[in-house]
Amino acid sequence: MTAPSSLDSPTAPAPAVLRGFGVSPGRRVGTVARMPDAAPAPSPEPAAPGADLEAGARAVDAAAARVRQTLARAAEAATGEAADILGVTAAMAADPSLAAEAARRVRENRSTPARAVWDAAELVAEQLRALGDLFAERARDVQDVRDRIIAELLGLRPPGVPDPGTPFVLVARDLAPADTARLDPQRVLAIVTSGGGPTAHTAILARSLGIPCVVAAPGADAIADGETVLVDGAKGEVLRHPGADAIARATRVRQRPSRLEHPGRTADGRPVALLANVGDPAGARAAAAAGAEGIGLFRTEFGFLGRQSPPSVDEQVAAYSQVLEAFPGGRVVIRTLDAGADKPLPFVTPQGEPNPALGVRGLRTSWSYPQVLEDQLTAIARAAASATAQVWVMAPMVATADEADAFVARCRALGLDDAGIMIEVPSAALRAGQLLAQAQFASVGTNDLTQYAMAADRELAELAQLSTPWQPAVLDLVAAACRGGAAAGRPVGVCGEAAADPALAPVLVGLGASSLSMTARALPDVGAVLGAVTAHRCRELATLALAQRTADQARSAVRAALPELEELGL
Amino acid sequence: MQRSVVVALSEGLHARPAAQFVAAVGQQPVAVTIAKGDGAPVAAGSILAVMMLGVGAGDEVVLATESDDATAAASLDALEHFLSSPVLA
Repeated sequence: MTAPSSLDSPTAPAPAVLRGFGVSPGRRVGTVARMPDAAPAPSPEPAAPGADLEAGARAVDAAAARVRQTLARAAEAATGEAADILGVTAAMAADPSLAAEAARRVRENRSTPARAVWDAAELVAEQLRALGDLFAERARDVQDVRDRIIAELLGLRPPGVPDPGTPFVLVARDLAPADTARLDPQRVLAIVTSGGGPTAHTAILARSLGIPCVVAAPGADAIADGETVLVDGAKGEVLRHPGADAIARATRVRQRPSRLEHPGRTADGRPVALLANVGDPAGARAAAAAGAEGIGLFRTEFGFLGRQSPPSVDEQVAAYSQVLEAFPGGRVVIRTLDAGADKPLPFVTPQGEPNPALGVRGLRTSWSYPQVLEDQLTAIARAAASATAQVWVMAPMVATADEADAFVARCRALGLDDAGIMIEVPSAALRAGQLLAQAQFASVGTNDLTQYAMAADRELAELAQLSTPWQPAVLDLVAAACRGGAAAGRPVGVCGEAAADPALAPVLVGLGASSLSMTARALPDVGAVLGAVTAHRCRELATLALAQRTADQARSAVRAALPELEELGL
Repeated sequence: MQRSVVVALSEGLHARPAAQFVAAVGQQPVAVTIAKGDGAPVAAGSILAVMMLGVGAGDEVVLATESDDATAAASLDALEHFLSSPVLA
């Protein structure tokens, strides 16, 4: 059945909601300017008889050189992430192999210059797509370079972001990294794409520029130039033809802060430490700049990945010291090596496990390779001794009280008294009181806890419905972990993705979490929500969530009971 | 002259790491090729060719130069150092 057409109706079209992935929060209303669709493939007809093939080949070289200069100038004018991205596109345009292959096609196959560039680029793009993952995303850069060279050859306007003269909502099938990198937050109110994914460059840059963004929104291609839309980058919704009420609500929203200005606390003053998850020294510095109170999860794998043997103690001391320096006097929770499952390392991970997620990973690798953990703890102790940060250490994938006690004993022997555990395994959540007899604290890793509670591989898109921390069973386990911590008199924090969800954060605090650790960019939003609710309301929201039957109902019930989210533009 | 290197860069040779690697190759006084494992060598100065190898973290690559002298050795040293650092400068 299809919806009745409103084309004949003289009244305004009814509002319609498109749902995609919200990748950069914020709510904005604006007039749409569409990214022009890329020019179609040039005709494959060969050059006319008698055409000057040499001149054609030289034209390719000259056009490629001009594109390279334009991109290089743009890269020099840009900063940060945008400069990096433009630099990569410029390097691709500068690559002599693309122009050489195109020139060869002009000379040998009598291709027109434009078609030769198209075909040469397609060879490269196809191969990159076949490699998958990060490499496949680069195919978009190659096509961008291709389109720029062809526009240059044909004397057309180069592809790029439109400029209607007033601020606008940019709607596109997908954006090339070079386009995204030059977006001006003063002009682009929001971004909507029908393609792309949550991890693509558009998403990363939109977040870093603070432009609300929804990607992979089905139906976005039907949005027309000049239409009015309301984009909600937190919910992942695009409202076409919004009513006056919706517009009034969206435009009332105040500017969201880009930095955490105050330590985390509820409206009635109960402190909740707001910490950052980081993976390397650069991340630690970015977290400090974002106002994080400390680091709640320092993943130490970066120093070990891609190596055939573990880094030396000295190398590790140097790396950890850089992270500690970012938070003088602050808390830094270091997680020991979490190898195995999706992060295998040749020197500790067994080969050919049938179920790596249920295999020898995390702390379990130290049963066979105790020296790797011993060296890491030694390095942490040395780095801690010459830093002012308060260093806490925790082990990943702890399942039993014996494991927790043994880890704490090894830490103490090296002078690391603040030793604790991650709670990612349901057994650890259910028995948290016993596991925290010696361990000084616990941090709930909601990503793995969800995977193990729901028996759903978190990498599988088909199981996305199961893989959410809003599952009431997962919330039950978080509640159990917090109760165990309270009984043992130990603090329990949360350091999974759940802590970054502004609707879930007050629920976690209501369940008993004493700290929340998240990607640094989520800190201002989570801090704002917590500052708007009392500790008592957090407990009510937690009770409400636990009382629901399904994950969707839990999320909806909490959002409905938390109108502050709407006011904060979340 | 040849040199086998295990790539430590956590993202492998794509985008920015590849662009920086190619830029480093461009600074060398000798021409350098790169191959993934036993694969065919390609010009290490071509970002497209380097990316099309699909080199990920932990992969072994072979860097090679025509010449065998100290200049070539110094170039391979510099490139090996770049590839075996886990994070970009």
